[in-house]
This record gives sequence, C-alpha cells and structure tokens, in this order.
Amino acid sequence: MKTGIVSYGAYIPIYRLKRDEIARAWERGSMGGERAVANYDEDSATMAVEAVIDCLRDSDRQSVDGLYFASTTPPYREKQSASLIALAADLRRQIFTADFADSLRAGTVALRAALDAVKGGSGKRVMVAAADCRLGQPQSDYEQNFGDGAAALLIGDEDVACEIEGSYSHADDILDIWRTETDTFTQSWEDRFILSEGYVRNTREAISSIMEKYSLTPQDITRAVFYAPDPRRHSEMARAMGFDPKTQVQEPMFATVGNTGAAFALMMLVAALEEARAGDRILFANYGDGGDAFILRVTEEIEKIRERRGIKRHLASRMTLPNYEKYLRFRRLIPIQAQAREQANAFPPVAWREREQLISFHGSRCKRCGQTFHPMQRVCIYCGAKDEYEGVRLSDRQGTLYTYTVDNLALSSDPPTIVSKVHLEEGVGGGENEKVGGGKENQNVGVYCLMTDRDPEKVKPDMPVEMTFRKMHDSGGMHTYYWKCRPPREP
Amino acid sequence: MIPGGCIPITGNADRHENHRGLKEMETIKDKVAIIGMGCCKFGENWDKSVDDMIIDAVYEAYEDAGLAREDIQAVWVGTAFSGIGGISVAAPLKLDRIPITRVENFCATGMETIRNASYAIACGAYDIVLCVGFEKLKDTGLAGLPAGYTHPVLGVNVTAPGRWAMGATRYFQAYGIEPQEGRKTLARISVKSHYNGARHPKAHLRREVTIEQVLNAPLIAWPLGLFDCCGNTDGAAAAILTRADMAKSFRDDYVLIKGIGLAIGPGLGKEDASYDYIHLPETEAAAQQAYEQAGITNPRKELDILELHDCFTISELMTLEAIGICPKGKAKEDIDAGTFTLTGELPVNADGGLKSFGHPVGASGLRECYEVYKQIQGKAELPERQLKDVRLGLSHNQGGHPGSLLPIITILGQAG
Repeated sequence: MKTGIVSYGAYIPIYRLKRDEIARAWERGSMGGERAVANYDEDSATMAVEAVIDCLRDSDRQSVDGLYFASTTPPYREKQSASLIALAADLRRQIFTADFADSLRAGTVALRAALDAVKGGSGKRVMVAAADCRLGQPQSDYEQNFGDGAAALLIGDEDVACEIEGSYSHADDILDIWRTETDTFTQSWEDRFILSEGYVRNTREAISSIMEKYSLTPQDITRAVFYAPDPRRHSEMARAMGFDPKTQVQEPMFATVGNTGAAFALMMLVAALEEARAGDRILFANYGDGGDAFILRVTEEIEKIRERRGIKRHLASRMTLPNYEKYLRFRRLIPIQAQAREQANAFPPVAWREREQLISFHGSRCKRCGQTFHPMQRVCIYCGAKDEYEGVRLSDRQGTLYTYTVDNLALSSDPPTIVSKVHLEEGVGGGENEKVGGGKENQNVGVYCLMTDRDPEKVKPDMPVEMTFRKMHDSGGMHTYYWKCRPPREP
Repeated sequence: MIPGGCIPITGNADRHENHRGLKEMETIKDKVAIIGMGCCKFGENWDKSVDDMIIDAVYEAYEDAGLAREDIQAVWVGTAFSGIGGISVAAPLKLDRIPITRVENFCATGMETIRNASYAIACGAYDIVLCVGFEKLKDTGLAGLPAGYTHPVLGVNVTAPGRWAMGATRYFQAYGIEPQEGRKTLARISVKSHYNGARHPKAHLRREVTIEQVLNAPLIAWPLGLFDCCGNTDGAAAAILTRADMAKSFRDDYVLIKGIGLAIGPGLGKEDASYDYIHLPETEAAAQQAYEQAGITNPRKELDILELHDCFTISELMTLEAIGICPKGKAKEDIDAGTFTLTGELPVNADGGLKSFGHPVGASGLRECYEVYKQIQGKAELPERQLKDVRLGLSHNQGGHPGSLLPIITILGQAG
C-alpha cells in the first residue's frame, strides 16, 4: 500500500518588504529581492490555519485523524498550538494533536512522525502543518534573510498523490543557531563554522546517505528540493550533490519570500508539487540539528489536487509593505504611544465557552426555519424556535461587504481599522418547515467583523470578501483569536 | 421577517391582542406634568465634581418649580458610568429616607428617568418626583465613551462613531448618493447645530462653523469627520414631575407629557443580514407608540420643535425618516433646503443638540426635554433663540447604533 502526500497547501502573508528598504533603514547593504512579512494580526498558528484550510480545500475535514504542528515560533511556550489550529480548521474533536518545535527540522520530523502514524495504523490521514515567523535581530543579515509563511501536507494511504518511498534521518548536536528561553531574536555562531560544520556537512550527509540507501544517482531525480540558509549555499549544495541547478533544483524563493525556518523546506516541496507530473521522483532534504531526507514519487492523483492557492497563487497575491517602520510596528519591536482608548481585555472562560462560534466560526442553523445566524443564537431570531439549531461552518463561505467604516478612533497596530458588515452566501432551503424557510432561498448570513490585508483606499460597498483566522489582541499576556474578513487572495 | 433583526410586529393593537387578550395599554397622555427643570452649564467642567453639577441642575429645578428638598417624595436618577445607586444623588442633595432608583439604558438613560417617574406619578404612588441625570466624562482621560462591558472578542475595536458611520456608508450606497455629496448634507446638519449652539449660554461648543470647516476636519470614522461627532462633555440636568391635576397649583405654564415611547429589540441588526442599515426599526416603533398616545397623526404638521439625539449627524438624518418627518430616502432634500434651521419650517435641535451640548450620557435625555420645555414656556434664554408658538414638541433620546437601538421618544405639550 502506498503511503504519502494526499494533499498539499501553503500560505504566504500578503505583505512583502523590499530588502532595499530594510537596508535603507540601517544604511547598509541589501541582499536584494523581498521577504514575506506576516501582518500584525498573524502568527505561526494563524498562518498554519491558512495552509491547513488550503490543503483541505476539497476534502472532508472530518476525515483528518491527527494534526502535527511544526514551528520554532509557536505562539505559546507552554500550551499547545496544534489544538487551536485543529479547532480553527474545524477538524473533529477525536483526533491526536502535537506540536513539533525547537528545530529548523521540525517540519520534516513531523512529516516523518505522520508517515509512521499512518503506516502504524493509528490514523488514516494525518495533517502536517509547518509555519514560522522568526525574528532576526534588527540590522542583522537574518532580518533581511528571514521570511514568514506556512505549508501543510496531508499524509495518508489512500488517494496518494505523491508516494513517500523512503526516508533517512540522523541527529547531530551543534550550537550553530539557537534561541534560549529568553531570546527574542535568532542567535548564531560565526558564519564559517556554522555553515561548514552545520548546514553543509549535515545536508550532504543526509542527501548522500539516502541516495546510497536507495541506490540512486542524481540522474534518477526529477527534482531536488532541499533547505538552505541562503541562496549561495543553496546553489553550492546543488552543484556539490551533482544536480543541474537549471533543470533539477527547486527554486528556493529567497528573492520572493525569504527563509521561513521550519516551514521553508515544506513550502519548497509544495511549490515543486504544483509543477510535478505523475512519475516524477523528488529528493526532499531538510537541515536542523541533524538531517532528514525523503524519496518521493508523484502519482496520477496529483492532477486531482491542483485547485490550491499553494505557493504560486499566494506569491502572486501581494501588497508591498511601504516602509521598514511598519515592519517594526507589526512585530512590536518599538514601543508605541498608548492611545486614549480602553484596552481590550482577554477572558479565557469566554473564549473557551464560545469556541465553536469564535474559533471554529460556526453559525447556528435553525432546524425549524433553516436560517443561519452568527453569533450563534439559542432562540431563532426569525422563527422563535428555542434550542433547535445545529452549528454550521461559515469560515469557507464567500461574501460581500455590505457596509463598513474606516475608523481612526479604534485601537490598532495598523490603523485605520476597517469595521465591516459582511454578508456570507447561504444556500437554498434547509428548513424542515416549508412555509418558513425550507425550499426557499435563505437569508445570507451576516457577520460583523474587522477587515485585514486591505488597502483602505480600495474598500468599497458590495466588494467581495472572504474570511481569515487572525489574532484580535494580545492583552493580558494571552493571544485572543477570531476571524476577520479580507479581499479574496486570488490575484 | 422585517429588516433590522427585529421580530415582525404589525402595529401596537395587534401586539396587545396577541398577549392573551390583554386590552390596549392606557395612554400616559395628560396625566403627568413637568413643573420645574434645571440644567447646569455643559462643558469641560474641570472645576466641578459630579456632586457640583447635580446640585446646580437640581437647585435650578427646585427654584423653577417653587419647591424645596423636603417636597420631593421619590427620585429616579440616571447615569451610565459616573455613579451607582441612589446614594449618588442623595449624598449631594441630602435627600433623606425616600425611595431613589438608579436607572441605566445606555445613552437613553436620561429620558428613562422621566419615563419611570411618569408611570410612578400616573399610578398614584407619588405626587412629586425628582428626575436627575448626570455624567462626568472628562475626568476619564479617554477619547470617546468608556467601553463599559464589551465582548472580549466580538466587541474589540468597535467605536460609537464607527458603528454610526457604517449606517452612513450604506445609506449613501442605497440611495445612490456620492459619499462626498452625502458628507456635504451631513455637514449642513453640523453647521445648523453649531449655529444654534452658539446662541445657547449653557452649550459646551459655542462656535459657528462653515461647511468647508466641517468637510475639511480630520476624519474620525469614514465618512464621519470630527464635526459630525458630538463632544465628550460633563453635565447634569433635572426635572420635577407632578400629577397633571396638581400642576396648576405650582405654575400656569407647566408642560404636559403627551406620550412616551420606548422600543427595544434583539439588537442583532448589525449581525443580521436582513437588516438594511437604512431603517431604524426600533425608532419607528418608539415614535409610533408616542404618536398613538399623543394622538398625533401628522407629526410634520403637528409638531413645532424636535430635539433629536444627534450623537452623530447621520443619526439626526436617519431619525428624521424613522419618526416620519421625512419620507424614506428624502431627508437629504429637506436638510439641503434648510427645513430644520432655527427659522425653517420645523426647527430641529434649536439648542444646538448633542453637537453643541456634547453627550454626558445620563444627562442628555433630560437636556433634550429641557429645551422643548423652555421653548413651550417661551423662556428660551435669548430672544433670538425663542421660537414662535411652540405648543407641541418631541424629545428623542437614544442608546446604541443602527441595528441595535434603544430609543425613547417623549412628546411634550403646552398646558391647557
């Protein structure tokens, strides 16, 4: 039985910052190109939700048996993120979830664990979501080099689009890059040492070991997908391993996205799968405290999962972050003036009690009249039925902006605040009672929310919008999440 | 289903019959009289405490009614943020061992004191009742109102101007009004109110403005600018109510309560996709109640003055349509034509409204009655403000925003 990738998805935040702009701020050299920057209301968990939903675009979400989240920047040091991602992606409650953290290799470690889970029979379909939002010290090379993004791979043993034929791993302990429990920024030892004894030695070892294990030569590989810390090291590795950079090597997105840490190799793999054809053999290798490598074989099923935003369409949908200062503001790297408004508060019991409507973004569909409402109502506003409702997912519905305001008074890290009334599309019928709703066109579902990833100048009544999972605020030392609307990310 | 997240109602008569055959509610008309009112100077009252403002307003009302502290049998007090309980007024006024109730109904808190006190008088429980409303907003240091209780997730980043601005955005879109053209009409409301407020000695903002100034002011919540929003203000106001049959023993020019309407719905219009953001269904219902009680069938003809709750200019515009003064979608024409100016066909907010008086929450509803009361008596402070032949007036106080409103409408009429 084949085991491997059943579906893929990815996410790249809409904002891109030109490296020339970072260089301008610090009066130093630019690495050129641009890097992806998570919006002020995004973090690794919200980006992972985006990638997971992209990956599950035409799948039954109930079919997922487990979710592994890989990141070196989970929102909490103590508290799982996979459970939040699973809830926001509206997966079922009876699944196993785990966070894989601390290493740049976390994404492929999670992939291997998912593979083992499916092979071992503990789950039929296991989601691997990797996301990172690492901070390079201001003025450092890492600040220019890093980027933010996420990838998701659904691992299973039915409808396999890309079989994982073999794997190899080794562990290595080296202090090349790190963050201690109190570090905000990624630390590193001197370049010559960390590259030659860290990245280069380990990656070569992983690639050559797996090639040897499965008796492969570079000519057997259609596409080589592997992590590298920077573009120069990437092309050097390709040459050293005998791959033709023009025809065999997956483009590493340094000029467009940047090094997305634990998500980087997986994002490159998604980009490779977008172009892959049945029969292609892919070498996939990752680095971080050792090395992981995989041999993959693309199947006919790949053609059935093309409808993804993935890398290509997320890359094409972009907005330029106008200046470096805004990046500092987004990442809260400079103290800002307190505004003369009352701060929002966090109340864990409210967030917990209302998790179905706030995180899974369900509305209540009245079983009697068929109308759906958000936030969920025990007593139907349309027909008065009490406690006759079921939760229905609203997060994947398309909508239009019914009305809005550009609010300069509201608190925000990215003013002005666009407060929106969205009408989400609703299907026909659904009610048991023919007279009140069944068989007739139902009312759209209204949502009162904020708009993100937008150009305030381009917001107009009746424009199309879609929903996205975001962070509302960080008050009280806690992250409070909810859904916002945004102009569709389709270019 | 009707727009606005409101349960369908087909008029008051039907509703009363629906409730197990209960008969039509008795009207409050001509049962209760106002015999004294007071209003302190509204503004940034840095040198006055809540107690100082309460004393200023209540002692003016005592004097106006020719009464003293000992005559007060019961009190209804309204404040949203600046005090709790009846002691908030008993302490400064030294009221002693009488029933005092604090009420709160969002920004309609002030008029809620009159509504409650009126029914207490009408049922014969008391002969003389004091109503007091107050708010001290400037001491908070906040821009805008305090948040009060808001949902920690769903209530984040919503402001009062933002919520009304969403009404303006959709109103313009629905009626095909270019936003800049719509803003100009709203500016005319602001210019009119500033003109009126400049002539009222107790107003907070006493400066005339031009349309250009209004349009060029900083944007608060598009399409509303600074001058579309009322100020953050300190203030207090008071009223003394008695039985209508006793009123003449206090004064000849007492003012009668002709009708009071209060209509509150589920308030889910901001979420309900069936709400169109151009109607104010709760206000329509409150006006219907008040008109029925007062026997008003043609409000535009019969009313001589309107005090509307213009927390934002768009609120005044939408309310004009909701209370039946202008046909739906036509308020702009009347506003542009100057119908509601001091010398127009039907003056609106002759005292300058919230635009000039600001919005000390608990005080506003009483202040909105104060102007109609004074105009009916012919006692507007300056002759240039005094309207001719004011017999019947409407005071409107409201909390909330389009889709979630708490409007109270009180009709006041001349004695006799």
